[in-house]
Amino acid sequence: MKINSVKIISLLFFVLSAFYLYTAYQIQVFAFDENSAFNAKTFPIYLGYAGMFFAGLKIVLPDRKPIEVDPTHLEFKKTILLVTTMIIYGATILKVGFFLSTSLFLVFSYYFLGERRWKYILIFSFPFVAIFMYLLHGLLAVYLRDPLLKYIGIMG
Amino acid sequence: MIEGILIGLKTALSFQNLLMVMIGCFAGTIIGMLPGLGPMTAIALMIPITYGFDPATGLILMAGVYYGAVFGGSTSSILINAPGVPGTVATSFDGYPMAQQGKAGKALAIAAYSSFAGGTIAAIFLLIAAPSLSKVSLSFRSPDYFGLMILGLTAVSAFSSKGNFLKAMMMCVFGLMLASVGQDTLSDIPRFTFNTMNLSDGISFVLVVMATFAMSEALTIIIKGSDPTKAAKQISLTDLGSIKINKEETKQMAKTIPRSSVLGFIVGVLPGAGATIASFLAYGMERNFVNKEEKEKFGKGSVQGLSAPETANNAACSGAFVPLLTLGIPGSGTTAVMLGALLGFGIQPGPRLYETNPEIFWSVIMSMYIGMVVLLILNLPLIPYIARILAVPRTFLIPMILFFSVTGIYLMSFNNFDIFLMIGIAVIATILRLYDFPMPPLILAFVLGGLMEENLRRSLLISDGSWSFLWDRPLTLCIMIVIFGIISWQGYQSVVKK
Repeated sequence: MKINSVKIISLLFFVLSAFYLYTAYQIQVFAFDENSAFNAKTFPIYLGYAGMFFAGLKIVLPDRKPIEVDPTHLEFKKTILLVTTMIIYGATILKVGFFLSTSLFLVFSYYFLGERRWKYILIFSFPFVAIFMYLLHGLLAVYLRDPLLKYIGIMG
Repeated sequence: MIEGILIGLKTALSFQNLLMVMIGCFAGTIIGMLPGLGPMTAIALMIPITYGFDPATGLILMAGVYYGAVFGGSTSSILINAPGVPGTVATSFDGYPMAQQGKAGKALAIAAYSSFAGGTIAAIFLLIAAPSLSKVSLSFRSPDYFGLMILGLTAVSAFSSKGNFLKAMMMCVFGLMLASVGQDTLSDIPRFTFNTMNLSDGISFVLVVMATFAMSEALTIIIKGSDPTKAAKQISLTDLGSIKINKEETKQMAKTIPRSSVLGFIVGVLPGAGATIASFLAYGMERNFVNKEEKEKFGKGSVQGLSAPETANNAACSGAFVPLLTLGIPGSGTTAVMLGALLGFGIQPGPRLYETNPEIFWSVIMSMYIGMVVLLILNLPLIPYIARILAVPRTFLIPMILFFSVTGIYLMSFNNFDIFLMIGIAVIATILRLYDFPMPPLILAFVLGGLMEENLRRSLLISDGSWSFLWDRPLTLCIMIVIFGIISWQGYQSVVKK
């Protein structure tokens, strides 16, 4: 059996299924439901076994068309930067407010992806978000939480 | 039925709904045109906006987006040989050579007329088939529904996995596992919540769709370092040539359209098959129907070679709505997203939808037709302008997709946890995509998870815990035989054929 990335992913899925199955057995059901033909843990238990079965088959059976992705051709740096920016965006959107956090997220994302034309970066961030907010909040009456704009008095 | 059609027309032709069809078609065309972003991403990005509308309007908007995205996919296939969606791969076989011959405008017009005709014929079939099947499906019981759901998952796994059936089945199980998080619907017992309140209501459907499609597609483009808009920079998107079609070409299309429509519709109704298979089958069928001289032209800019897959993929899109509207069981990833949206509106599609919410049932069908008219009269003349979207650099495109995804979840929950969970699922989905693990089975399983458990619960309780319900009823037995056939065929392909 040749070990490749797909087999490793399948092994991880096997472990996940085993953990899921263990957790499924730990689900506390009502006493009167314990011996019933179907209770809250029946379906998850079947799923746990099914996951282990399919992942096990994938690990054991040889690959017909093995896929190998060359890590040297993948852009990890840009992806990690973008994911980190998204996490910071997600963490600040409620506290800082929609307008500032979204605009800054867009500015940094454009920059990290290689954009250097500052005129376009600025047009497609702050004014773009302002128009988007006006359409959503002003026209469609969709609530957008923004403590900063509320404090300044722009948003009600 | 006439009364229903009139109700549907009345709803679909209201000013607001007409506007929604137009916006949907337009937005869908733009998103569908971008290589890598298909109808599922387009619909997923629209879901948070639709929750502000009434169900009929929301669904009409999504139907418009769906058709627009399929049309947009054809445009990028023809202009830059980069199909926006798998269903339009066959379109590029003859569409792109035509564009290279300086007849891009004509190729787009043939695609638009064929899509319109295919969609129209299929909409008529849908009008006839849906109410009849609704009545038949009233006799379906829980074991039949459970069997049909297994069939849907198995078929989607078999057809969407490109030979990786086991990977697709793993994705199905993963989708079902995600769907099981949260309180049990009957007993309210928390499951897999790990004592956090954030998971007690389960994982939001929109969150999973956004993460596995919109967000992970954007991240995949970045990690692979590919530029979906690169090809567009090498051609002129403003001078596409004439969109007029001559008599000879019209004659050729008139022969192709009826047979491809019938084929497309039938394939679309089948669970798991969908637009991709329909378009390839129609292309192959058409090649066998034409004379030797025309056969030579296939792959070099044949009118019939372009018309057949375009007709079939649109007809299949309408066909895919038959199991969704009549049985409440989606046959494809895209209709699974539509089902999730319907459930979000508090509507349970199925045989009773026809009786309980006729205005929704009929207005969706009628708005599909109106959507196709809008696509023809609005998008075709505007294509040279819309096509410029293909030249938008990825440095702007990707952050916009990520922004719409995060905003969609933020607007629904105002909760940081959901945003972090979405990013986590998107990262996992991106890694899985890199190694060809298909996402449509995951979404279909996630949407069907609750219904599947419910039907299994009823079946097992009625049969007192015995699994004999799988073969007690002739209909369930037939479904199980089909499932067994699909699994055996996949097993044969992956083991014996080697």
